[in-house]
Amino acid sequence: MTTTLTRPGALAASGHPLVRPQAARHLTDEQIAELGVELDAIRDDILAKRGATDAAYIRRVIKVQRGLEFAGRGALLFGRNKAAWIAGTTMLSFAKILENMEIGHNVLHGQWDWMRDPDIHSTTWEWDFVTPARSWQHTHNDLHHRWTNVVGKDRDVGYNLLRMDADQPWKPFNLGNPLYNAMLAPVFEWGIALYDLELPEYNEGLKSKADLKRDLKAVGIKAVKQFTKDYAATPAVAMLTGSGKQALYGTLVANAVRNVWAHAVIFCGHFPDGTDTFTEENVEGETRGDWYVRQMIGSANISGSKLMHLMTGNLSHQVEHHCFPDLPSNRYAEVAVRVREICLRYGLPYTTGPLPKQVASTWAKVFKLALPGKGHFRKGKPASA
Amino acid sequence: MIRLPRLARAASALITPLTPEDFLALFNPVFSARQLRGIVTSVVRETENSATIYFRPGSGWHAHRAGQWARIGVELDGVRHWRSYSLSAAAGQDPAITVTDAGAVSNVLVRNTRPGDVLFLAPPQGDFVLPEHPRSLLMLTAGSGITPVMSMIRTLVPRRPDADVVLVHSDRTPDVSLFREELNELADQFPNLRVTHWFTEERGRLEFTAATLDTLCPDWRSRAAYACGPEGFLDDAEVFWAAESGVPRTDPEPGRADPGSLTIERFSTSLAGGAGHDGGLVTFEASDLEVEADGETPLLDVGEDAGILMPSGCRMGICHSCLLPLRAGQVRDLRTGEVHGDPGQLIQTCVSAAAGPVNLDH
Repeated sequence: MTTTLTRPGALAASGHPLVRPQAARHLTDEQIAELGVELDAIRDDILAKRGATDAAYIRRVIKVQRGLEFAGRGALLFGRNKAAWIAGTTMLSFAKILENMEIGHNVLHGQWDWMRDPDIHSTTWEWDFVTPARSWQHTHNDLHHRWTNVVGKDRDVGYNLLRMDADQPWKPFNLGNPLYNAMLAPVFEWGIALYDLELPEYNEGLKSKADLKRDLKAVGIKAVKQFTKDYAATPAVAMLTGSGKQALYGTLVANAVRNVWAHAVIFCGHFPDGTDTFTEENVEGETRGDWYVRQMIGSANISGSKLMHLMTGNLSHQVEHHCFPDLPSNRYAEVAVRVREICLRYGLPYTTGPLPKQVASTWAKVFKLALPGKGHFRKGKPASA
Repeated sequence: MIRLPRLARAASALITPLTPEDFLALFNPVFSARQLRGIVTSVVRETENSATIYFRPGSGWHAHRAGQWARIGVELDGVRHWRSYSLSAAAGQDPAITVTDAGAVSNVLVRNTRPGDVLFLAPPQGDFVLPEHPRSLLMLTAGSGITPVMSMIRTLVPRRPDADVVLVHSDRTPDVSLFREELNELADQFPNLRVTHWFTEERGRLEFTAATLDTLCPDWRSRAAYACGPEGFLDDAEVFWAAESGVPRTDPEPGRADPGSLTIERFSTSLAGGAGHDGGLVTFEASDLEVEADGETPLLDVGEDAGILMPSGCRMGICHSCLLPLRAGQVRDLRTGEVHGDPGQLIQTCVSAAAGPVNLDH
């Protein structure tokens, strides 16, 4: 991957980017540096607290998830019975959501690497999602989290499919924005698998043929295994009880439920009203404080219950996740209180809202940007208590 | 009957990317596809500060040879730590380690281990083993250095009437001396074992001189000697044998142990940590390269500048693409200033600089 900007081992503590984002322009270099120090202190604080209770938390979630997966798939084998089908499909849907969100996404971020447990580690984990863990780690952990919302750098802004920012030039193809998005949601995992192949990068000469071949092979093997598990092996075993067809419907529904849910949650991370996007001038010369600012004003949270946070893999704390992508997810809730207070004090936007409102907001953007022009979007408002 | 591996392979089709072990671990923690584990079966207190831990290892373990050691992983506040401990059980017996409380990890093992606990394991290894052919032996041990030798004595003495073993064990007092009673009983029962306990509180430090050895074991020059104990004890033994035995010190060849030779077991190969900002010599083990690095340059850059193909990603410490295993030494986190490093730990090379000499497995 070619980059015009080089990064030192750690970002500079002081200084300023070529152009500071609008929402943070009222802050001086010193204030931004101070903000960086405050956020670093939050991180250090969590690192010092992190320990046996956190380890017990992730192991408990993994246990529950495997229990659900086992019971759900087991029940589907008797799917001819309606109650078994409903129970099985529900449990499997929950299992897949937990596996992808609270476990897979976060383990693959290295949030649990500190335990040094090879069974729960970013270098060994593979997930119940078509795209291979290693490919996703490259496009997500490295590219998306490094270049968060920088138009032209962070291809998560629209995933090469949708026009999701007013600064992306309009093409007639974009008229289909709502249609593509509606079609993408139920097959989201296949969309991400395709996205992680980085075909546009290959066409632009930014990705070598050898790398593409390697990724194609990996995704091919993974896709066959995933497909076989849900759509061949499980129905085949269920045929023993005459439930083959019902088991197939069950796994199809569970995968679709997971896909629609993941799609909704992930779109709420950076696309709702109030989130900012950035230019390359905003990142050139970025300091540690500016980096935090970009993560905070470029991300949006989802408010809700503890169960909601769990089922979103704590991506409902997207702001905190983007500031500290490798802190354990069970700590984001307490971090959020402090990050929000910092945004309030520094007069920075802090975007959050209930799921229906945030989902509606992302869909409004999908519709508006289908048309030429820049649309009208509410800018982020400074955080309020 | 369907063989288990085939059954497991078939089951994998239903649960990929998980493995059958991942599910079996729900019921029995000894199962893991990636990590050898053992269940503690009993814990026997040896002295005030030491205990022997018996365990039942999962599949992947192999029987130990007398004198070998194993890496044992335990969790302290959620973080896995690994240390090496000698196996004290006789070859052919269920494995057991004898641990003396001398640090955070051994403290937990000695004080808090209970039957049913899970231990993380690596299979036994080590070249400090009995000679392949029978010959007379002199064992020199100090403190917990008796542990691997105890395994040798338990293996050899009761089963081989032709064995001829002299043990000189140095310890502070009778109370802290491991296996003291059992050794005395064995010596009473079997004429092929002679034991001398040397208590330093009464007799002072055991000095390696020709006069001392001639008293303790007059025919020491014709015996194959084995030594295990603290660093200073082993250094002294080595110097003495090099000067006095007349047998040139050669690279150890497991199980050879010629008469007059000295075989030693050293545990601490640790590198001294630097003060933090000094940098140090960085060794890339697999690439067979050594580079002098300052204390501010990320190890990722150090490796790349030396022409090594390094795994890399964000270069700012967020994506965990650059992780490499640390073999020895300490690194400084460039973000927090924290100096850390445990053997086997995966470190983020893009935000870690050398704090003293560093050895990377890459």
